[in-house]
Order: sequence, then structure tokens, then C-alpha cells
Amino acid sequence: MLEQVGWDRIEMAKKVALDIPDKSYVNLGIGIPELVADFVPKDREVIYQTENGLLGMGRVADKKNEDRELVNAGKKCVTTISGASFFHHADSFAMIRGGHIDICVLGAMQVSSNGDLANWSTGSNSIVPAVGGAMDLVAGVKKIFVITQHNTKKGIPKILDKCTFPLTGKNVVDRIYTNLAILDVNKEGLFVKELADNISFEYLKSKTEANLFQY
Amino acid sequence: MINKIVKSLKDAVANIHDNSTIMIGGFGEAGSPVELIHALIDKGSKNLTIISNNTGSGHVGLAALIENRQVKKMICSFPRTANSTVFPQLYNKNEIELELVPQGTLAERIRAGGAGIPAFYTRTSINTLLSKGKEHKFFDDNEYVLEYALKADFSLVKCNISDRYGNLTYHATARNFGPIMCTAAKETIVQSKKIVEIGDINPENVITPGIYVDKVIEIENPAHESELVESQIRYLC
Repeated sequence: MLEQVGWDRIEMAKKVALDIPDKSYVNLGIGIPELVADFVPKDREVIYQTENGLLGMGRVADKKNEDRELVNAGKKCVTTISGASFFHHADSFAMIRGGHIDICVLGAMQVSSNGDLANWSTGSNSIVPAVGGAMDLVAGVKKIFVITQHNTKKGIPKILDKCTFPLTGKNVVDRIYTNLAILDVNKEGLFVKELADNISFEYLKSKTEANLFQY
Repeated sequence: MINKIVKSLKDAVANIHDNSTIMIGGFGEAGSPVELIHALIDKGSKNLTIISNNTGSGHVGLAALIENRQVKKMICSFPRTANSTVFPQLYNKNEIELELVPQGTLAERIRAGGAGIPAFYTRTSINTLLSKGKEHKFFDDNEYVLEYALKADFSLVKCNISDRYGNLTYHATARNFGPIMCTAAKETIVQSKKIVEIGDINPENVITPGIYVDKVIEIENPAHESELVESQIRYLC
């Protein structure tokens, strides 16, 4: 078993949640991003959009109340909040591509120091390529947050000078939340906003293949 | 008298021919017109191009249509999902074509097809492999890529309530691609959980106006794809 260094998934999700302002319209990607909704402070009113046609997504449905036709982008059964709305796919992506969504939280395979994101393909021919809505989200949503482990399970850095996998978008990521740190993507490069507990800047640098700056 | 209601699944898919391009609604199983797809398998039309967000799961519905070797090409955004093995296997053997399209671009291409718009520019897929070889243009210093409309010979769509005019309402997130696919085909074929009298659907609540619909068949208790998959049912014997 690989020992958890720095924050765990829940702590990472909590860090993202604290950075989602009141009254935001938010799209959460599949996987760790889905955890974020559980930790947004209760005094903030945040509306979640799921790109398969629902604004005002609630929590995951209880087993006994599952409706197979009320699902999120990850095809999990969900619920609606009071005040929710349904719409078709072109309307849903008009929200996304038309710049109406404030924040999107996505997973990543690789992120580069200038905010390039790779999260849809390793470039390998043996896996069927699948893109879903990722390219639309990075092209149209106002702020893109990435939440990811800092390194792969094999210890390979995911934060790089330049992505080696095919891109989802160029210069699209605003902030990266990993188990080791929170990094801002600025014009000058990656700036450390916060280090995880017991993680030093030197240690972070040793796990990163990109230049890092301190504020 | 306008009456778009047909009595059998066989009648519903009667006009579908070899080499057709067919849009099939659904996001995973939500909105997937399983009974219409099975009717298409029974009919056996071949060499089809299918436009649908996914490629089906298990050995029923869209996955079974692909497994029956009726599909030449898939146009979709996410060809692998949980329990989807049929498409990946054929794809890895180079026995089926794939045009991978970002989900929003897929939706907009269908919308454009139904609205008489031949092509449009979008930011989506700029600086990626998926915009390679396509026409690019700058507007206000931002780069966009030209995407062409999608049209189909047939659309297969699942709805919740309809009437003989073909007015439709949908259920929850099963709406997804249904309304836009209804607009983009020469012949739109709909399976509806319930058919009601003209006037029973409040005009304020109609999602797809009947003008876009050609045939409606009532399927009162449609199968749930995930239940069929969990029961390891194979549509093909």
C-alpha cells in the first residue's frame, strides 16, 4: 500500500470547497471532484450543474429512491434540489460554452505550468479514446480548478513543465489542488498558495517536474 | 386527420434501410430507446452510421445493435462506459469506425442540423488533436474551429408522454439529446411511455412540438438497460 502523503481525498475536496464563493454556478467532474459538494460551507448557496441536463443537482440518491433516468455526468443516480430545472443537451452546453458557469472542478492526468490540461487520452492506441464534455468545459467555464493526486500511483509527476499526453485545452487551468499543495497558475508560472501539512517546499519541488515559485 | 401513432414496433422502424444515418437518443441508459433499437436489430438494416453519446452497455440495446454487426461507424463523445465491451473490442480490431466529438460540439452539431445552420465556429477543442485539420478562424483575438452540422435519415428517441400530433414531454435527465435529435432527422421515431388525448398536454409544458415528430409508439413499461445488463441478458441469441 502506498502511504498517503499530505492531504487525503476528503481534505483535498474540503480545500476546493472553501474556494467556491456564495452564489456560484458550478460543474463538478467525475471522481474526486464529486466529493466537493459535500463540503461547501452551509451558509453559501451554490448551484450545481450536470452537463447531461440538470441545474440544481442534489445529493446522490438513496438506493431505494433511485431513478435510472435522473443521473449525473458519471451516470450515478442523483436527486434534484428545490428550484432545479431540466433541459436538453444543446441548452446544457450553451450554459457551458456560453460562459455562464462560474467554476468547473476537473480531474487530471497531467497539468503543465502554463495551465495546459490533459485528462482525456494517454495517446495510447490500445484504449478507446473518450472525451465527453471536458473540452467544452475548459473552453467555456470562467474558472477551471483541477483536483488530482500530485503523482501517479507509480510516483510519476503529474505537474509538469509540458504535458506529454494529448491536451484537453491550452492555458485553461486556474488553480491546482493536490495532496501536497495548492498551486496557482499565474502568467509567470506555478505559485504555491498553500502547502499540505508537514510538506516542505523542497519536498514539493522534488515531486514536481515544473518550476515552482513562492509568493 | 393527423395521427402519428403506430401500432407496432415493426411499423415504427419499417422505413429504416441499409446505409442509413441514425441518431439514437440517450445518455447512457437514461433516455435510450431500447425497444426501438431492438426492433431495428430485428429488422436487420446494415451498414449504419449511428450518432449517439455512448456505445451502449452489456449485450442489449445499442451494444447489441453493434454486436450484430449492423453498425459501420459511430459518431459519439464517450464510447466507453461501465459494462461497455462490445464497441471497444470491435474498435481494437479495426472493425468499426469512430468519429470522436466533444459532447457540446456533438449537441450543437445536431442542433445546427435541425435548425438549417450548415456549420458554426466554436472554441471547444482548440489546441487539441480533435481540431486538427479543421478550418480555424480568429474572432476578437480568440481562435475558433469550424464544425459542420449533423443530420440523419432517422432519429430514435424515448419520451415520457406524447399525443397523436407528436407533442412530447420527457422525464428528468432522460431528455438529454431527445429534443435536438427530433429536429435533425428526415424521419423521427419516438417511443413514449404514455399516449394521451390531444389537449391533455398543457402547451406550456410541451418540450418537443409535434412538427418534429413522424411516428410515435406506446411502450408502457420500457426495459431498464442496467437491469437487463445486471441480469446478463443478451438480446442476440
